[in-house]
This record gives sequence, structure tokens and C-alpha cells, in this order.
Amino acid sequence: MSILIDEGANFIVQGITGREAVNLTRECLDYGKGARIVGGVTPGRLGRDVHGVPVFDTVAQAVEHNGGPIDGSVVTVPPAFTKDAVFEAIRHGVKLIVIVTERIPRRDVAEMVELAAVHDARIIGPNCLGVIVPDEIKMGGIGGPARDAAKAYTPGPVGVVSRSGGMTTEMSSTLTAAGLGQSTAVSIGGDAIIGSTYAELMPLFEADAQTEAIVIYTEPGGRMEAELANWVQENDSRLPIVAFMAGRFMDEMPGMSFGHAGTIVEGKEDTAAEKIARLEAAGIKVAEEISEIPGLVKERIGVAA
Amino acid sequence: MRFFEYESRQIVKRAGIPVTDFGFATSAAQAREVAERIGGPTVIKSQVLTGGRMKAGGVRFADGADEAAEHAEAILSLEIGGHMPRGVLVDPRAELRQEYYAGVVWDGIRKQPVMLFSDMGGIDIEEVAEKHPDRVGRGHFSTILPFSDHQAKEVVAQVGVSGRQLTRITPILTRLARLFLDYDMTLAEINPLGELEDGRFVALDAHMDMENEGRPRQSELLAELGVGGEETRQAREPTPFELAGEEVDSMDHRGVAGNVTEFDGNLGLVIGAGGGSLTLFDAVRAHGGRPANYCEIGGNPSVRKAAGLAKLVLQKPGVDKIAVMMSIVSNTRVDIVARGVVKACLELGHDPSEKIAIFRIPGAWEDEGFKILEKYGVEYCDRSVSMHEAARRAVKKIQGPAPAAEPAEMRQTTAEVGAETDA
Repeated sequence: MSILIDEGANFIVQGITGREAVNLTRECLDYGKGARIVGGVTPGRLGRDVHGVPVFDTVAQAVEHNGGPIDGSVVTVPPAFTKDAVFEAIRHGVKLIVIVTERIPRRDVAEMVELAAVHDARIIGPNCLGVIVPDEIKMGGIGGPARDAAKAYTPGPVGVVSRSGGMTTEMSSTLTAAGLGQSTAVSIGGDAIIGSTYAELMPLFEADAQTEAIVIYTEPGGRMEAELANWVQENDSRLPIVAFMAGRFMDEMPGMSFGHAGTIVEGKEDTAAEKIARLEAAGIKVAEEISEIPGLVKERIGVAA
Repeated sequence: MRFFEYESRQIVKRAGIPVTDFGFATSAAQAREVAERIGGPTVIKSQVLTGGRMKAGGVRFADGADEAAEHAEAILSLEIGGHMPRGVLVDPRAELRQEYYAGVVWDGIRKQPVMLFSDMGGIDIEEVAEKHPDRVGRGHFSTILPFSDHQAKEVVAQVGVSGRQLTRITPILTRLARLFLDYDMTLAEINPLGELEDGRFVALDAHMDMENEGRPRQSELLAELGVGGEETRQAREPTPFELAGEEVDSMDHRGVAGNVTEFDGNLGLVIGAGGGSLTLFDAVRAHGGRPANYCEIGGNPSVRKAAGLAKLVLQKPGVDKIAVMMSIVSNTRVDIVARGVVKACLELGHDPSEKIAIFRIPGAWEDEGFKILEKYGVEYCDRSVSMHEAARRAVKKIQGPAPAAEPAEMRQTTAEVGAETDA
């Protein structure tokens, strides 16, 4: 099993005629059992096709052409147009929206998240690479071309959640090399406000029989890790969690932003040191190096190292 | 992007919130003119983007215009926390009945803005929240439904403020909430919000922070305030090295090879991507290495850009070698980065095998990349070598086999400005 998507899911790509979106479409079509991309949307480009995927002017046209509901959308339109594209997807019944676009103002993200909640839709990202269910389906650029994604990701018991898209693949590849596959890997994005946080994805992993442990990649800035620590303590989770914290050097440089927009040390509570303490107090082991992660996971799920 | 106090007050005023008849001055003579216009006791305040002005002597009180000019003269040459003031704000000294606090910030967990209000103004709100939690009112509000007065009233009423105070504060908070969203702020704070002897309310100090991502659509406001596109308003101003990094990144629109931050170590870093750079910078330090810089590459930059970044780092005084490392890449071609860094060495007359301590970029087109590195004798590794192990090898090469248990002291080159940087 998996969370968020499975091989039967269909989705569209909004902004499909952009250079990155064209590549992303190819990658998703080629990966695993082949994604069912039922359409692409770029206003003014009705009638074209991208790798055989028909292009429409509006999401409404794509839904009509499909003759039934569309499960998901990958949004890759420029920051100034992202909010409208996401509103459009939500209003036409799309329930899972992966926002790839970077540098979207926080107010727009908050508006999208609020509208999604009203319509019972879920947003992953922005500024993320999407979701992958190893050997089944990927939705977004996660893992890159199908051949590369197949090298890094294998099916197995570990759920991976990461604020960095690239590090999602690095950690999964390290797990794969140690014989630990992944149930689902989610790149949640590096911005200060995101559609789905660690704690918001935990109940989904909790309900997924395949998942036996969680590995997360975290950074300084924000309160998402504190939220996860609280969730773990309040919900008596069956899933052991192993975390990796990057950007420890940032603690010495408050007010400076590195890496992602969400990584800026503003107060006492959002430093790397404080987060590590909070996570460990909740029983979440924080690895010093990526290479320690497989061993720590094996110890916790009772697999010989 | 943080605004100076005089700009923040202009923003508040633009939103329809009453302010005092303040003036901004960049010379003692200008300060005298403003004080004469005000005609009475004034407060002279240093305009710097840092806290602790009062303690440092950056806020002084004057009875007349002569004294105001004298204070302005002194404050204009007074450095505070590594910052020289941009000017002084000359403010009429107000007789206050009471000081309040009003602010709006984002709550990343609730994913909504939250309004904060306290009847204990004039001091740090975090301190009030910690010591007197019952004196801080809070209210989250929607970004898709219009903000309405009753939401402000509820926040004010939480701390027991009623009567005419409540009705007079309400429109100010409503305007602050709208300003926060309209101008893409990450912080909009009035502290203190003063209640004058005659019962009127006026913003006596304001602190505004605009999100960088919002700047493109706030050009009208920024132009009105005279804020140029080149002003980053980071915790410290960029160094010439960092500005050169920005130039490299803007060579063309393909990918990223920039986000350079300068340090004073001897190991140059050509690293990526976002999370990978954070991980690798930590890894170099954990093994006792002294990074000369932080940077990010990703999104498939051109050979020219990768070479430009590598050259910049190689030419930095004190840099002996560079380490070229990334987390597994999927949309950046390994061979392009390899070509770029080798090209940089050759064009500077260096032997790539000497100058490149290690190349660890696994992923797309890696075989082609490794072939190039092999040809020039550069040590490289694939994904079977961890990021930390690659960092360790690079540090060992530059420092010899000395064991290093503790992270090396980290110094930012321009440590005199802004944040505390000593390890």
C-alpha cells in the first residue's frame, strides 16, 4: 500500500508546456507502472499534446475530456499565476495538488491552503518535488528520470518525508542500498507555510499497513518539528521515527536565510539545537549523518543490521 | 525585507492609521528644521535595522531645536550593533496615558495570520507573552474572507480592555490586519500604540517586514518609499565576493549557481542543492574543516555558470582547494558540473587533480561526468560514498590526516556587521 496516491490514480499537469513540465511529464509516464496523466493545462494552448498527453486551456475542459473526476494535479506555473491555477483545480474537484513552483508569496499559499480545506482537498508543497510510490507511480519531478528514480527508490516499509526534494532521494537511496525500501516518499517543500506538514501526514502513514517506520529530513526555521513532536506524544504512534537535521551551522547566524525560504532562525525555538532537543524528548532519534539512518531504522523495526 | 522605522511609519500612515507629525533627517541641519516645525520637546531616534537603540544611546530627548540638532549630530555618527544609521527620526514627544501593543505575524502551523494585542506596550511582546500570558490577546484570521471589525474587538476584549479604548483601537487593528495582507508582510507591528492624554490613539513606533517573494508585486509601495531593488536588507549587507556570486548566477537563466555566502576558511565549496548544501556545510565543519563559502548549485546550470562559480571560489584569497559535492541529482546533469569545474581550474592555470579535493555528485549523466574527471585525474565518488564521508575526505586532503573531533571555529568574513557569528 501507499499514502496519497497509488498506481490507479490519474492526474493532470498544469503548466504542462513549460520546459521543466515537459520533462516531468515524460518522467512520470515512464516511471513504475506508468502514470495516468489524463491531460495538461496551459491557457491558450488547446489542441496541442505533450508526449501524447492532450493540452487544454482550462481544467474544466480536461475534466470534461476525461469524462470523470480527476484525482490530482501537478502545478508548475510561474509564481504570479500559481494561486489561480490551484483555485481552478480545487473548484473542479481535484483532491491532491502538488505545487512545484518556488517563490510563491506566503499570503497566496495561505489562501490556497484555506480554500483547499474548504473543499476537502490536500496540497503538497509548494516548492517541492512531489510524491513517489516506488515501482508504482510518481507524481512530480521526484527522483528525476524514470531510470534514475528506479535506482534510488525501492518498495519497502519506510515512509520518507522531507523538506528538501533532493534530500528525499539521497535518504531513500541510502535506505535502498541498505536493503530498506520505501512505502511512499513525500517531498513536502521548504517554504514557511506548506500544504502538508510532517504531523499532518503521520495519520496517513499510521493507517498504511506497509509502513513500519518514518524517516524525516528537517531544517532550522519554523515550528513544524515541534508540531510533529507534539503529535507523536499525544497520539501514541506505532511508527518509530528517525530524523536528520541539516543546517546546524545556521544557529550561529540568526536572521540569515540559507537553502529554502523557510529556513531562517528567528527565535529561540526554531534553532537546530532546540528542534533536536524537542524531537529527542518525543522519542524521535536524530541521526548525526545520513549513513546512520538505515541502522537506526533497523534497530527500531527489529530487522538485523 | 525589514523596513526602517521611518518607512514603517509611512506604511502605517498610508494604511490610514494615525501617526505623529514625525520627520526624517540625514543631517543635523535637517533635524533642526523638523524640530522647529514641531516646535516643542522632541525625541531623536537613530534609523538602523537593529534592536537595542535605546541602550546604545541611539534615542535621545531634546527640549528645543538646538538640542535636537546636537543629538542628531551625535546619533548620525554612532554605530549600533555594527550598523551605521541611515538618518534620524525626529518625533514630537507625546504625553501618554497608556502604551499598548498591536501586531500581526504568520502562524506557520495554523497557516493563517495571527493578530496579537496587549495593554502592556512599549516592551518586547515575547517578554510579555512569557511573563504575563493573560495580558496578550490573540486571534487568527482568514486570508480568503475579508477581515471584519468584530475580529479585532474580540482580540482587544481578551485582555479586558473595554469602553472608549476598545472602540478606538478596533479600526486601527483592522487596518493593521489589512495592511499585513495587502503588502505581503511577515511582521506588522505597532509598539507602542500610544493613548494620548486627550484620548486619541497614535502609532509611536512601527516595525514592518516584507516577504522577499512579495516584492515583485509591491513595486508601487517600494518606489514610493524609495527602496531600490538592490537593497537586500539582510541581517548584514552582501560582501563584494557575494555580489560577484550573484553576477555569476545571473549570467544566464539556466539553473542556479549562486546564493553565495562568504566565510574565511581555506576549503572552497561548490555544493548543492538546497538541503544538500546545508547538509554538506555541516559535514565539512563536523570533520574539522573550515569552509571558505556557502553556495548552492542546482536546476541544471550551464557549463559557463558552473565554471564561473568554481572560478570565483578558487580565486578567493586563502582558498587552497575546492570540494565539489551534491546530494543525488535528478534534474542537474553531473557531466555539465564536472565540465564546468574542470574548465575553471584549467582557465586559471591550475591542475584539476590538485585543486579539486573531491567530486561527489551522483545522479543523472554521472558516467559521462566521471569519464571527464578520470581524464584529469580528479578524485570522484558515486552514491556509495556518503555525503559526510566525501566531506571528510576533502577536509583530510586540505588539512592532512590530523584527527579533528570538534567542529572548527566558524567566522563569517564580515563578522563586524549584523548577527553574532563566532562559534
